[in-house]
Amino acid sequence: MSDVTSLDIRVPIGGTFGVLGLMLAVYGAVARPQTSAGININLWWGIVMLVFGIALFAFGWSATRSRGP
Amino acid sequence: MDPTPITRLAGIDYAVMVVYFAVVLGIGFWLTRKMRTSSDFFLSGRSLPAWVTGLAFLSANLGAQEVIGMGASGAKYGIATSHFYWVGAIPAMVFVGLFMMPFYYGSRARSVPEYLKLRFDEKTRTFNAVSFAVMTVFSSGISMYAMGKLFHLLLGWSFDVSVLVSAVIVLGYVTLGGLTSAIYNEVLQFFLIVFGFAPLVFLGMQSVGGWSGLTARLATAATERSLPADAYTSAWRNMGDAAANPIGVEWFGLVAGLGFVLSFGYWCTDFLVVQRAMAADSMNAARRTPLIAAFPKMLFPFLVILPGMIALALTTGGGAGVIPAKLAADGAPLMDAAGRMVLDYDLATPMLLVKLFPAGMLGLGLTALLASFMAGMAGNVTAFNTVWTYDIYQSHIRPGASDQHYLNVGRVTTVGGVLLSIAAAYVAGSFNNIMDLLQLVFAFVNAPLFATFALGMFWKRTTGNGAFAGLVAGTLGAAVHHGLTLPRGAVAGVKGGYLGLVHTYPSELAQTFWTAIIAWSVCFAVTIVVSLFTRPRAEVELEGLVYSLTPKPVDERLGFLRRPVPLAVLILTLTVVLNFIFV
Repeated sequence: MSDVTSLDIRVPIGGTFGVLGLMLAVYGAVARPQTSAGININLWWGIVMLVFGIALFAFGWSATRSRGP
Repeated sequence: MDPTPITRLAGIDYAVMVVYFAVVLGIGFWLTRKMRTSSDFFLSGRSLPAWVTGLAFLSANLGAQEVIGMGASGAKYGIATSHFYWVGAIPAMVFVGLFMMPFYYGSRARSVPEYLKLRFDEKTRTFNAVSFAVMTVFSSGISMYAMGKLFHLLLGWSFDVSVLVSAVIVLGYVTLGGLTSAIYNEVLQFFLIVFGFAPLVFLGMQSVGGWSGLTARLATAATERSLPADAYTSAWRNMGDAAANPIGVEWFGLVAGLGFVLSFGYWCTDFLVVQRAMAADSMNAARRTPLIAAFPKMLFPFLVILPGMIALALTTGGGAGVIPAKLAADGAPLMDAAGRMVLDYDLATPMLLVKLFPAGMLGLGLTALLASFMAGMAGNVTAFNTVWTYDIYQSHIRPGASDQHYLNVGRVTTVGGVLLSIAAAYVAGSFNNIMDLLQLVFAFVNAPLFATFALGMFWKRTTGNGAFAGLVAGTLGAAVHHGLTLPRGAVAGVKGGYLGLVHTYPSELAQTFWTAIIAWSVCFAVTIVVSLFTRPRAEVELEGLVYSLTPKPVDERLGFLRRPVPLAVLILTLTVVLNFIFV
């Protein structure tokens, strides 16, 4: 039962958001799609998601490590 | 002939979706090894931390009807839709956490029907288990149908393929990883909804000119519909008179019907959400599960209702609006009696996504929608397989088999549940009235339930016969009330009035709320009367099941935010503040 919790769910979710954020930010920087409001939302929101993903991943990873043997 | 799709996706949009699908299935595969006992599969081995079960508690309910439906209601009723949250859900979530979780979690019941068995008797449990099982299959079918239809319209995807692919993915991750897999994916879905919809609201608010621009545009929309100018942007000011607010309900029907009966009935007794709290790793975590969920829930009106209001604002004042008209059978726009176009409100949120998001972000927004559809389906399937396996199969078909046997039955049931949901999706597509009728019947069955639980948990004199008689009488009471009333402008049939016409309500919601109030009151009264005439169970048998016979949970030594009571006070204070801000 203890190993059900052994991998912290923050690790895969943080990883997912990191990857998605990176994809959107790179796409925004390269393809530059604009919204009607004139904002490159892909770039900016991608960066926000990337930062959130890395933070979540880091928290999850350190929690997993400290719980380990 | 197929209509041309509204938009096309770029490679980046598909890439975002593929990443999501890969993660969802990856989580399922990674959890397979951990599913050793039926308790692992159905209850996550009661091992999850409170924040995980809290977010899952919130997300399990965040299916199609929430994201699309709340956007539609936002466009139809304006900010008053937030009553579903600030009057309805939040107080009920606080109640279930503080007062009911000690019995659900403490009694070690594995499902809500099983609690009814422990507290009352087998017939009450079976009544609840069967109606719940049928209901979950149909709600997951309706969710699938809505998804297939939406993605066909937006992107031209084949209905059959979208239904099948989403069903196979849900089947995959639930069969592999059980409840834990569903819960982990619900947590992922929660973050996807937040990250997919926050920028939508941001861009939307910018395009209508902020809150003041939104208020001005919606004032025009309200005046056009002969409502007071602030009808869409104030939640309470027009609630004194049913004719002056877009919901068409006066305040008492709203607070008693929606706030008390329907919301308490749903959040406190529906196994779909309660199951998430039962998976928590301790009593304290189980009690905090709905409380932790209440914080984001409080703010969700801004994520799911505002897009609908923005879409309506952008549709007002001529030009090509965001919300398209509903089409009649011949393809022409539908007109109402006053000669105005009838809008297809269900498309408010999806069309706003398509209009405001460029490629890339559109992929993210649609992935968030897909995630909510699939998590809604998975939530129903996990609740269904637990109730089927424990409350129907183990108690009536084959008691006393090995745990391994029930684990396997659970896996097989998942397949069966998904197949039944697919069938229900096609039923929904071909017989719309049958689905309306079924939902109505479930409303009748559900509305009295909270009276049964409240009496069972807080009055030790309540008997099994009393509870059962109350449930049946409450359901009948709801059907009779519905059969004798109609919403204004409707004809007798599935909308009511099939037993004659005694009263006409100003709106369908008003009729629904009053049906619930009647059902609850009848169940409450009949349960008390019958209980007084039947023999109660001995008090020793009721320890841990009834409030006055259960030791109170002690958590004074924990930190402030780890204690349920201070959390609850904080939540209720913030909710009152929100009501005042948008009064």
